[in-house]
Amino acid sequence: MKIFATYNIKGGVGKTAAAVNLGYLAAKDGFRVLLWDLDPQGAASYLFRIKPRVKGGGKALIRGTKSIDGAIKGTDFDGLDLLPADFTYRNLDLLLDSAKRPARRLAALLAPLKADYDAVFLDCPPSISLLSESVLHAADLLLVPLIPTTLSVRTLDQLTEFIGGFNGDRPDVLAFFSMIDRRKRLHTQIAEDLPAQRPDFAATVIPALSVIEQMSVQRAPVAAFSPRSQAARQYGRLWQEARQRAGLT
Amino acid sequence: MASSIREFVVDGVARGGAGLPAALAGSVTLDGGLAWVNGGRTRASRRSWLDTFDWRLYRAGLTLEHAVCRGRTELLLTGRDGDLLASEALAAGREPHWPSLVSELPAGPLHELVEPVAGIRALCPVARATSRVTQLRVLNDDAKTVARLDVDCMSVTSPARAAAAARLTLTPVRGYAGVTDRISRAITGVPGISAARGSALEAALAVAGLRAGDLPGRATTVKLSPSMPAGAALATVLTALLDALEANVPGTVRDIDTEFLHDLRIAVRRTRSVIKLCGSALPAGLARDFRAEFRWLGDLTTPTRDLDVYLLGYARMTAGLVAASPADLYPFHDYLVRSRAVQYRRLAAGLRSARFRRLSSNWRTALKEIGPARKRRTVAQLATARIGAAQRGALQAGQLISAASPPESLHELRKRCKELRYLVEMFGSLYDPAQRWQAVRELKALQDCLGAFQDAEVQRTEIRAFASQLLADRSVPAETLLAMGEIAAGLAVAQREARREFDGRFADFASPASQARLAVLTRPDGLTRTAGA
Repeated sequence: MKIFATYNIKGGVGKTAAAVNLGYLAAKDGFRVLLWDLDPQGAASYLFRIKPRVKGGGKALIRGTKSIDGAIKGTDFDGLDLLPADFTYRNLDLLLDSAKRPARRLAALLAPLKADYDAVFLDCPPSISLLSESVLHAADLLLVPLIPTTLSVRTLDQLTEFIGGFNGDRPDVLAFFSMIDRRKRLHTQIAEDLPAQRPDFAATVIPALSVIEQMSVQRAPVAAFSPRSQAARQYGRLWQEARQRAGLT
Repeated sequence: MASSIREFVVDGVARGGAGLPAALAGSVTLDGGLAWVNGGRTRASRRSWLDTFDWRLYRAGLTLEHAVCRGRTELLLTGRDGDLLASEALAAGREPHWPSLVSELPAGPLHELVEPVAGIRALCPVARATSRVTQLRVLNDDAKTVARLDVDCMSVTSPARAAAAARLTLTPVRGYAGVTDRISRAITGVPGISAARGSALEAALAVAGLRAGDLPGRATTVKLSPSMPAGAALATVLTALLDALEANVPGTVRDIDTEFLHDLRIAVRRTRSVIKLCGSALPAGLARDFRAEFRWLGDLTTPTRDLDVYLLGYARMTAGLVAASPADLYPFHDYLVRSRAVQYRRLAAGLRSARFRRLSSNWRTALKEIGPARKRRTVAQLATARIGAAQRGALQAGQLISAASPPESLHELRKRCKELRYLVEMFGSLYDPAQRWQAVRELKALQDCLGAFQDAEVQRTEIRAFASQLLADRSVPAETLLAMGEIAAGLAVAQREARREFDGRFADFASPASQARLAVLTRPDGLTRTAGA
């Protein structure tokens, strides 16, 4: 089982869109996929038409009084399940703080699902917190969507440095440019230069396209409702890069 | 956790059920914000259900299906409740040709689940059908799919050609099992739809009047009553054995797996035992007329079976090598395979011969003609007398064995024990199953020990003969002969261990308690009491 996490300290950069589309594409490839919507805003849950509610809330999951298995819901797509968001996830930091080995707690919670899933996608809320640290420890591959600006790249460097300080296993990092506005010269310049220079950048970029915004209207992954669109093709390429980088065969 | 998959059948809708999904969506009224929506195009598929000849998967609660749909071929393994346990996509051109051994299946979870159940038996198609499946989805008030209903219009193509009643399979989406009861109630509320009483495989077999798990001539399916005339009861038993024998002929001739021959031999051996031990209860001359022919048939099958035993145990034998390397034995393995091919051709020719056909047909006719004997003896009387005699024979043969006795004396005892066991099984339906099991508990353990001793004896003798032959042919290197010597030494050790174990096993069998349990089967009052229920 490979764990992918879409993570960025900033919000509105395309984390959920990436998690939803890559999860869908992984399932289309025949993998058994679980997407955990860790964001209390519940955007991924909304996109899959699943109520953002977990019995017992985040507390029951983190403390292990309710099994993760029992909270999982099937999406409308074969092979793709969702662990929904819950508004109590806003307190996950506090809950983790009171747990044993908080930074490893998420990995421990996911371990029993190894036999059931080939890939898990963690859709993280935008923050830098104990939850983020637990996600970083659990993940095999960190997918970091970035808006092509100098400050975004600086944030990525800070994240890489932070991970570098981990003892033991560290997640691999695959950053990709997201929401690229072709009309902005800085966007196109950075998106062309950096992937060629840095191995932690995906060659694939995700442009800012209205069809991606349509996801919230269609309530489905782009690749499902508009499989021939440019966005679907780009997510397809990104999935192939991520899959290869994670060694998911 | 109980499965939440539900299956239904639609009476009277079989062939040409194209309009059924729309009709269902119109007639099954859902409440509580649930609604039907068409789930997409109709999928046509070809389906073959696979099992071993003796239904090992079915008996273990497993169903294995080979499905071809839209150019995609896969194996699907489901459990008792219809839950999918494992699936395996088969690459085009790499599909097994059925019948096929489990070892031919691709490695993976499905292989791992099937292999320990099927063992060395081949997977054979037991039914085939074509299906046209249309999916309906049930949406909740968020337009989220909460359940799927597959509407399957199935036409069986084997073992008979006929349309089966349309089947509906309701599968809730994970996390939404709570809606199943509501949807089920709505479905069964429509006249003509009822809960399915068997799987799709059972439905496919039913159109041919067959049942899953049926095996011709199984000892457990022969039902005798104590008051039956002995001749008629023997005819029933022997006919069942002939059914079993004949049922295993095609699989033996096609060399599908080694167990067809094994089971065929069991049927022959049991037939010979009945003729030998109970021949006097058959019409005059019948036993004499057929004894020689069944002996011929038994002898015909022996060389191939002996080589099968060698080849089946080959991996275990080589794993036990200490000084030699498994590679040293490759020429010996090749020799066994070549010899087996030669013997198998002889066997197949014998089973295709007019002599065999004559034996089988004349025997069946003779059994049909068995009428009431002049001396009217019941099967209960025959059973008590024969089991009692066989019990005494086994006891006496064992008591004569001492540390100095030759291997032949143990072989003789083994034959007596086998006869006793056959009799208990043959007349088994006259007794309470628990009592029968108790009666043969020590006998079984003794038989296992004697079997291990005799198998080692036979294999040790044979390996010497093989070595002489290979040496005479000058066809193998010295390393092979040395490795064969090591195997012979291993067999000698195993035989000595079995011989050491024998005294204890026989003492258990001969103990008053064990003999008393067996003696229950030989007392008329005991038999009447146990079989009278």
